[in-house]
Amino acid sequence: MHPVLILVTQRVALGLLLLLAVSVVIFVGTEALPGDVASAILGQSATPESLANLREELGLNQSPIARYFTWMGGLLTGDLGVALTNGQDIGQAIAQRMGNTIFLAACAAVISVPLAILLGLLAARYAGRWPDKVISGITLSTISLPEFVAGYFLIYLLTQIIPIFQPVAMIFPGMSFWAKLHAVALPVIVLVLVVLAHMMRMTRAAILNVMQSAYIETAELKGLSPMAVIWRHALPNAVAPIVSVVVINLAYLVVGVVVVEVVFSYNALGKYLVDHVAKRDLPVVQAVGMIFAAVYIGLNILADVVSIVANPRLRHPK
Amino acid sequence: MKMPLSALLGLIFTGGFFFAAIFADVLAPYPLEMAVGKVWEPPSATYWLGTDTIGRDILSRLIYGGQITIFVATASSLLAFGLGSILGFTAVTQGGLVDQLLSRLVDLMMAIPSLIIALVVLVVLPRTLITLILLMGILDATRVFRLSRAVAMDIAVMDYVEAAKLRGERQGWIIFREILPNALSPLVAELGLRFIFAVLFISTLSFLGLGIQPPLADWGGMVQENKDGLIYGKAAALMPALAIAVLAISVNLVADWVLSRTTSLKGGRGG
Repeated sequence: MHPVLILVTQRVALGLLLLLAVSVVIFVGTEALPGDVASAILGQSATPESLANLREELGLNQSPIARYFTWMGGLLTGDLGVALTNGQDIGQAIAQRMGNTIFLAACAAVISVPLAILLGLLAARYAGRWPDKVISGITLSTISLPEFVAGYFLIYLLTQIIPIFQPVAMIFPGMSFWAKLHAVALPVIVLVLVVLAHMMRMTRAAILNVMQSAYIETAELKGLSPMAVIWRHALPNAVAPIVSVVVINLAYLVVGVVVVEVVFSYNALGKYLVDHVAKRDLPVVQAVGMIFAAVYIGLNILADVVSIVANPRLRHPK
Repeated sequence: MKMPLSALLGLIFTGGFFFAAIFADVLAPYPLEMAVGKVWEPPSATYWLGTDTIGRDILSRLIYGGQITIFVATASSLLAFGLGSILGFTAVTQGGLVDQLLSRLVDLMMAIPSLIIALVVLVVLPRTLITLILLMGILDATRVFRLSRAVAMDIAVMDYVEAAKLRGERQGWIIFREILPNALSPLVAELGLRFIFAVLFISTLSFLGLGIQPPLADWGGMVQENKDGLIYGKAAALMPALAIAVLAISVNLVADWVLSRTTSLKGGRGG
């Protein structure tokens, strides 16, 4: 078998194992508290009957291990159970919202990735000079801002001072593609700001790292312009680290999306999750939490696979 | 060594925030919970930063809110620091199975975003100060563990550690008297970064309504209380948002400076 294929298979298998372990963490995370889950959920309003009902509903009469396997089996077959708060089918509720989350994250990715690479190239080209300092300075301050702070600054700026956007992002079926884009413009800008900084800084670092190689010096000495050196010689050799950084930061969008959806009351998976944490709706939170964790891990595995495949030393073994 | 302007500014602002947090009772012009003016008054001589969604003085709430935010962040980052570094050093000195177990457990916890773990756990946990501090401290300890394990790995192979082991010193002696003093400077810079992370984390949780619960106030919660005003052009929610941003950036500037100092120290001890 080709060595790359072996490495990739190993990585994916390891990832699946990790996913299994993560499902245990998500399940145990809600079990490992002193006392009883049912009384924790009901809190002050608990009566003996309601407690007994909830225990029945959550299957608390069974052993934790049996409950884990029932839950896991449900996840694998797509049967996520019903929400405690309104009896709605969780699988259906997720299916309705999943598309909106993917739309938001995809828009942010499509804008931020090329922009980050372009800015990273510029910063590397002018390393230590003013364009680098300006780009680095701005990205350093956006790194220190949590998503919701950046979100409200932008809302104030772009709906009050310069009123060009709506402060809430509402999209519904039947809206045209362009209308949807306009509706999500603000949340997308926030997400782009949040992931741009990391991506750009690591692109810059990857390129500067390659710039120290001997062949770059050769290219410079034969009289190529600095941008040609970066474009023709540095960039192709920095592709592997850049791609894996990009994918890891896309995974970071998973967290960003949760908060940004709440900021803009955007009806999607992240808001669904947060709303149901507040309502202490255990089955919903476990299911959605597992989905977010799985996407995050999946993207991280993808980053590893890409860097394995992009490594010429592994592709062409001696 | 001369201090760069950015680090000095960072230090002044950080110091200012901590000062305001410690002397909140003296500094705050109005009580935390009292509605003193009309709803959403603009900044004036009586209410320097205006009033909030039910007419409470924003400056006072900002000062008291800073106290809670800074207290929770400090407590949880100290917990993360203590727990993470002790476990990290233990992993190195014990080696073998202990190291494997701890490292794999940390890998597993770091494979899921902290916010997602926090949300899952907060479904059932009571949302009190203690649980929030414990939760954030434990989640963040994983990062300190990684760093301190890496640093201690380098130190554990030094001759003086070997000598202490041969002398028959106890585990505790080796960790606290041999490894810790030599690992301190990179860890201190890390403490600053963990503190910022904790500030952002608790603010985010409170903003989502899952962190500090009323009647206590913190900055994230204040943004949430006042966010509806933004649509009508009332900037009240921006004040706590600005406080979070300024605190995070100024601690970042200081930590950056400490980090660059300690890395230059590694090159030549005298400098």
